[in-house]
Amino acid sequence: MAVIRDVMPAFELLQPNSVDEARHLLEQHAGDAWVLAGGLDSFDWLKDRIKKPKAVVDLSGIEELKGVRSTGDGIEIGAMTTLTEIVQHPVVKEKYSLLSEAASVVASPQIRNQGTIGGNVSQDTRCWYYRAGWPCYRAGGNICYADTPEGRNREHAILHADRCVAVNPSDTAPALIALAAKFVIRTRKGERIVDAEDYFVGPEIDITRLHILQDGDLLTAIRIPSTWAGAKFYFEKVRDRNVWDFPLLNVASAMFLSNGNIEKMRIAVNGAAARPLRLKAVENAVRGMPANAATGQTAGQLAVQGAVPLQFNAYKIPLMRNLVKRAIGGVEEAKWTS
Amino acid sequence: MPETTSEKPTEKKVEQPSERVYGVGRRLIGKNYVTPDLYAKVTGQAKYAEDYHADGMLWCKLLLSPLPHARVKHLDTRKALAMPGVKAILMADELPPPADNLTDNGTVIKANPKAERALTMEPLYQGEPILAVAAVDEFTAAEAIEKIEIEFEPLPFAIDPLETLRPGSPNPRMEGNIWVQAHPAPAAAGAAPPSPPPPTIGQLKWTEADFANAKEGQLPTGKTPDEWTYGDVDGGFKTAALVLDETFVTPDTSHQTLETRSALAYWQNGKVYVHTGTQSTAQTVPAIARWLNIDRSNVVLISEYTGGGFGSKITGGISLIIPALLSKKTNAPVMMRISREEETYIGRARPSLMGRMKIGFSKEGRIQALDMFVIANNGPYDAVGDVPSSGRIVSLLYQPQAMHWRGATILTNTPPRSAQSSPGGLQGIIIIEPIIAKAARQLGLDQVAIRRINCPEGKAPFGPAINGKRQYSTSAFLKEALDRGAEQFKWQERISRTPKRVGSKVRGVGVSLSTYVGGTIGFDGLLVITPDGRVRFQSGIGNLGTESVMDVHRAGAEILGVPWEKCEITWGDTAKNLPFTCVSGGSQTTHAMTRAAYAAAMDAKKKLQEIAAKTLGGKPEQYELANERVFRKGGAGMTLAQAAKRAIQLGGIYDGHEVAPDLNRLTKASVTALAGQGLVAAAKDQYPRDGGTFSFVACFAEVEVDIETGKYHITDYLAYADVGSVIHPRALGGQVLGRSVLGMGHALGQKWVFDPHYGAMLSTRFYQSKPPTILDVPVDMRWEALDIPDPETPVGARGVGEPPVGGGCAAVLNALSDALGDEIFRRAPVNADTILASFEAGRPMQHPLMAHI
Repeated sequence: MAVIRDVMPAFELLQPNSVDEARHLLEQHAGDAWVLAGGLDSFDWLKDRIKKPKAVVDLSGIEELKGVRSTGDGIEIGAMTTLTEIVQHPVVKEKYSLLSEAASVVASPQIRNQGTIGGNVSQDTRCWYYRAGWPCYRAGGNICYADTPEGRNREHAILHADRCVAVNPSDTAPALIALAAKFVIRTRKGERIVDAEDYFVGPEIDITRLHILQDGDLLTAIRIPSTWAGAKFYFEKVRDRNVWDFPLLNVASAMFLSNGNIEKMRIAVNGAAARPLRLKAVENAVRGMPANAATGQTAGQLAVQGAVPLQFNAYKIPLMRNLVKRAIGGVEEAKWTS
Repeated sequence: MPETTSEKPTEKKVEQPSERVYGVGRRLIGKNYVTPDLYAKVTGQAKYAEDYHADGMLWCKLLLSPLPHARVKHLDTRKALAMPGVKAILMADELPPPADNLTDNGTVIKANPKAERALTMEPLYQGEPILAVAAVDEFTAAEAIEKIEIEFEPLPFAIDPLETLRPGSPNPRMEGNIWVQAHPAPAAAGAAPPSPPPPTIGQLKWTEADFANAKEGQLPTGKTPDEWTYGDVDGGFKTAALVLDETFVTPDTSHQTLETRSALAYWQNGKVYVHTGTQSTAQTVPAIARWLNIDRSNVVLISEYTGGGFGSKITGGISLIIPALLSKKTNAPVMMRISREEETYIGRARPSLMGRMKIGFSKEGRIQALDMFVIANNGPYDAVGDVPSSGRIVSLLYQPQAMHWRGATILTNTPPRSAQSSPGGLQGIIIIEPIIAKAARQLGLDQVAIRRINCPEGKAPFGPAINGKRQYSTSAFLKEALDRGAEQFKWQERISRTPKRVGSKVRGVGVSLSTYVGGTIGFDGLLVITPDGRVRFQSGIGNLGTESVMDVHRAGAEILGVPWEKCEITWGDTAKNLPFTCVSGGSQTTHAMTRAAYAAAMDAKKKLQEIAAKTLGGKPEQYELANERVFRKGGAGMTLAQAAKRAIQLGGIYDGHEVAPDLNRLTKASVTALAGQGLVAAAKDQYPRDGGTFSFVACFAEVEVDIETGKYHITDYLAYADVGSVIHPRALGGQVLGRSVLGMGHALGQKWVFDPHYGAMLSTRFYQSKPPTILDVPVDMRWEALDIPDPETPVGARGVGEPPVGGGCAAVLNALSDALGDEIFRRAPVNADTILASFEAGRPMQHPLMAHI
């Protein structure tokens, strides 16, 4: 049969008003339902007719999934809160600016107005073979087109590849890992809370998805504890264009310093593997060390240990090394005097 | 935070646009005004092709080839046709046979049986349309396509031009990989030029030795079909103080107009009505007639607004015949909306040029000898002109004392190319400019100085000798633009600043020259002075965003002495009696059509003077025009309204009942149709011109590179233009800076990516092909123009669309090599991967010769 792209097929649009109702609808249409948040990832799949669900469950009418709330210990962000709201939220800006910083460089202003935090962390990979409907491992086939002698893989993984070399494109995910966030999931069995880094999975665990959500599960909220509030944060995203681009790589870190030495640190990178990577080896190695370029240099080397470049992405190794270095030692601002 | 994470790297004060006063001593020319289409555009009331709907309209969708080269071996459409709401399927064998083209000078251009058609059963690139389905809505049409059983026989393919030149390599078409054009003997005196035979497809293969002779990363130089030389090239190299031999590869870039080539078509009383975006209104009619193999008089085109062309819609797109034919088949209007993905395949692109250039410089930096070798990745259909154009532009822009040029346009199974702003010019300029920058560094010369010494001036020669004589430009004041630009950019100050590096940030400045063709001659102007005293200009120019559709008529209104408020412009509908007009391509419109508008206004002036003399006595030359009157100094006069009424009474040549014999047949028909509406003035541009018309620009850029991330920002930019007289400053600024940005995209990241094993394009969406955004260029880019009239045209104006493109790109590339050195890149675009990988290794790491990475 012939293939046509870029025309959305018909589906049943379901618009629940509560999480319970949404969960119920997902049960009802088990196996054939698609969860729609902001739509930036979903509409591509639907328009290209690669994913053809019978029913789409649109979460945009569920008020309980929206907004930033203070909790006893930190904040809780509803999964349907827009990225723009997060960027502008005073508490996020004041205490967890790592997240507002990360959210502020996602895609473009229009996309941030529509895109949600839940969608941003749950979005699928942008591997151009997989997104174009090639029957690769991730799509249920038995080949990775990007990892062939002639495959084009400039934007692919340097770490933890396992058959598939796709990367996770989220900018907010590493920031949430660095902030020790917890993800709240509503499942068939009730509520389940996982650490941010455990929300994401690599191909060795599940080659068909980037996160742990199973059919019928809903990510309802993200909780950020006050543990890292007001820490010294660093976020940097490197992309080809200054707006409307996915990261080539990004880095997010939170540090507490005492007399210039690193008391404790959390650091994560994304764009290097199928899941955002928390760099625990780096966190351990720098504990007690001065937060300077020399420590950064060592940490950078440590971070890229085991990295395996493909034909066109070797640049990601020095890039990741340098970003980790900068997260620790900082970056000198170019103040041109003339 | 480092600036790489922010969308606006540096907050800068936005400087006001040029404070220069243009058009000194003139009333309309050189002045800003509100164009008649502006409010509709900014309020969304402007109607583009997709905004029109017709009663009973059907929608069509295309079935595209999934393979780069294949033959349809099995096709079953029964299930699709059986679906409720599906009305018809159009197949390649239902297309009319290709028609010959009769040019205005009587030459018959024979139809090329191997040329592109709108549908095919032997697709030559992935994404080529095979058939179209018409249905009651798009949803049904798409569902129907998914019900079509289709099987392909895969055929050998080539997507990399260099690969198809290897001995024994696959050809992109069954017959070969290049076009071969036989040239007929010249015409006998007085006879119409003979018809050239249609081109045929031949095979070009280089030898193993050709490939072996090239060093790693160097473009091999096998035999080419085209070649020319002037001057003593060998002698120039022998006495040169410095000889550089470099390879550089330019990107394939889609035109990516915001409006895709959607089209609506319907038939009424045997005429086809087509709504589509086009760069050229009047000239699109003959193209549609040829594609549909029908008479021109049976074609009506409605195209009031066009969402960008850049060379991809010079006369619309051949795909528009699909809804036209489906409309005929179904007896209903048919809308074909082209999606972004479809536009990527069928929407045209600039061909990549692989170039190798050997240049011999004197110790002062003068180019004594230049040996240029280029091959283009053409796609499967008609040969683009980029290859020959690249050589001519380089020879004009840097005036080499001796030059040898070779080129080949290679067919591949990649989407069809067409001219894109500065076709061949951009590529030639970005191949040579980095070499000149490198030479200046090696010779210890200033970058502005080395360009100044090679800069064209006045009647500057270009290209090879034809019949013993080299062609030359009408004028060139580029040296002055370069000097003034360097001053305004504070070049000397910037190059002596220290430090060049702070932390991981390095800054660099670059300058580039640029040029492209800027005008043609010989078209017609047409206007009517109506009995209510208004002047109506009939404009056959496309409304493609440059404003030339309106601007050129200001030259006519200036002569007639009427306030602009009394002028109106008819445009965008070929049923409204338009004159013979140039295509809007090759930046020719402002030059060609100000001349035509001037000619029509002079014809109107002459007729007004004659009418006044006939009515009020005296001699025509005693009358002058001002304040909406034709009058004798200190004597009698009449208003334009009165003169228009009188013209109708007089009839004959005055109101269009008689037609000047030298007008084009299209203009004649329009004059006849307008006859009796007032004073009808129409004239052919017969003003002399000595030389070829070119515009020039000197471009300056500054970049800041973060060598730890490979990310760079363009922090400043200035373009100083030599475009003759300025007609409409605001539109000119839009062109100079807008086209500079188009060029910058070629440095910043715009490209095609293909999987060579499958011949499949991977960069089908904007986030993958990466055209530049407004946040990728400096917020306070500046432009300026010399405003020196070109001496070879009555209004003094030349076109400008294309020259800034090459300069915008090359100035950024040169700023990058100023910051990073000469060993970082050998191709464009230059991105973080290029910079980081090469910096890490200390040598260029990207394969310069690998296509589409």
